[in-house]
Amino acid sequence: MPVLEGARLDEAKEIVGRYPEGRERSAIMPLLYLVQSVDGFVSRDGLTEVAGILGLTTAEVEAVATFYTMYRLRPTGTHVVNVCTNLACTLRGAREVYDAAREAAEVRHGQEVSDDGLFTVHEEECLGVCDVAPAVQINFANHDRVSPERMRELVAALRAQEVPDPARGPAVGSFRDASRVLAGLEVEGAPA
Amino acid sequence: MTVSFERRLTRDWDDPKVIGIDGYCAKGGYEALRNALNMEPSEIVETVKTAGLRGRGGAGFPTGTKWSFVPTDTGKPTYVVVNFDESEPGTCNNRELVDRDPHRLLEGTAIAALAIGCRTAFVYVRGEYLAQSLVLERAIREAYDGGYLGRGIAGTDVDLDVVLHRGAGAYICGEETALLSSLEGFRGQPRLRPPFPAVEGLYASPTVINNVETLMSVPDIILRGPEWFRQLGTEKSPGTKLFTISGKVERPGNYELPLGTPLRVLLEDVAGGVLGGRPLKAWTPGGSSTPLLTGDHIDTALDYESVAAAGSLLGTGAVMVLDDTDCVVDAAQRMTRFYAHESCGKCTPCREGTWWAERVLGRVADGYGVEDDLPVIEDLGRNIMFRAFCALADGAAAVLQSSLKHFRDEFEEHVRLGRCPFRAAHEEVAV
Repeated sequence: MPVLEGARLDEAKEIVGRYPEGRERSAIMPLLYLVQSVDGFVSRDGLTEVAGILGLTTAEVEAVATFYTMYRLRPTGTHVVNVCTNLACTLRGAREVYDAAREAAEVRHGQEVSDDGLFTVHEEECLGVCDVAPAVQINFANHDRVSPERMRELVAALRAQEVPDPARGPAVGSFRDASRVLAGLEVEGAPA
Repeated sequence: MTVSFERRLTRDWDDPKVIGIDGYCAKGGYEALRNALNMEPSEIVETVKTAGLRGRGGAGFPTGTKWSFVPTDTGKPTYVVVNFDESEPGTCNNRELVDRDPHRLLEGTAIAALAIGCRTAFVYVRGEYLAQSLVLERAIREAYDGGYLGRGIAGTDVDLDVVLHRGAGAYICGEETALLSSLEGFRGQPRLRPPFPAVEGLYASPTVINNVETLMSVPDIILRGPEWFRQLGTEKSPGTKLFTISGKVERPGNYELPLGTPLRVLLEDVAGGVLGGRPLKAWTPGGSSTPLLTGDHIDTALDYESVAAAGSLLGTGAVMVLDDTDCVVDAAQRMTRFYAHESCGKCTPCREGTWWAERVLGRVADGYGVEDDLPVIEDLGRNIMFRAFCALADGAAAVLQSSLKHFRDEFEEHVRLGRCPFRAAHEEVAV
């Protein structure tokens, strides 16, 4: 079954149209986000379809997809929890927050997704919120000054199917929704 | 010493209404753009040049001069690209500027576009700034509806489109030629210069790439003039700058100060001092890519010249503070890990050198280092510095060189003791 069909294919065309004529290749990054918003990761089929839309080879699209860490090329948890452990956050206790996230989300060492499919936990580089360290992003929505205890609460909330209110910006319900926002598209059912 | 001056970039931060276009216009927003529409492009460039505005993204290159390099007679379109890929560790001032005052960025971008005859501008925002990308999306929509973007801006016959482009998690894309590669739909790897982007940038066309804070400084320069801009700051580093202070500090945050303000004022008077009143051990003046300085450098004035004279760089103005309980070897290892992760892999010294340095530093940090590891780290620093296409490598080398230069005894102590003197025994890493 194709990844981009129907309304998704129309959105793909809208994305391509954002860029100047003859410069359609620039749409590759938002198109990869669009693919990611459908399957929750960038699948092989998705790469091929993006290549087809842009008149490129799958290899050319894959070269881009593998360069950037925000594209996930393998199945991913419903929620992606990113814990910054760069220097400014580590100085304020981020390593303990990361450990707490792994433990609470039950992501074992070497595992990319928790057994229940709910969580992927990443140790992240600087997220640009050093003023409110330690910084955590859940589906790219920010949570400030997160203690290990708060980290456990956030994971527990997600388990209870609640979307915790972020420090700024709208709440993002899942990694798929985040990918839609990153493609520059509205999330269905979300307030504008 | 306290600081008293008229805030510029942050003056409306207490007023959440300026986030919307009506609130922004009520405070005089888009007036500078109207003025600029009545100026010759060369006059705009000259005004910014005279003001002495220097690029706030790290390099400090004079903005007006950068604009003046753009040829307008090539028959190709010209482009303005806003570098909102803020990713330098410790830096978050662009984020807060956009969160609190997004229209000022659009106004500055539009003025830059007028200066070089650009009809399509791009904003490259790092992917992790999802919330800010939405703030900007809304501001762009409002500016189109308000007639400040789109066809015939502000009632003239000038057209300007702004396209928002989200990155996807790559520090290297803050480097301007890597950013262009990324925006064109390629892997974000830097390109050889020359040709410089001003001549052959986006889509091989003349392009100006400016940092967010740089562009947001432009409207006031147009409105109030270069002399006003020069009233604060130093002769060679005029104006104010947003400093991010983080790490072991009482009140971390983004603070606007005149360039040339000493670190002591930023740290002690503005940010409340080192956390818990502990001694200042080390700090970065402008993110992890700028050489570490020590507590002895506390009176260094934060401007391009003075920080360079102290042996570092002003960079993005991101001060990360380490106190006397923090391990410099650990910090250097963590910073180096960042460069190893973010190296785009194009140049061997950076790709292999950062990978190697991370491991040697890790060994020393965990107490398994040997005496010969120190010369290895020095050698890696020497062989990475200035030997790659872009400044990412120089930033990585700066960490290696400056940590050893100022804290050699701490590295030696790790080797001598066979453990980290700052870590409690139970935290020791098992072999």
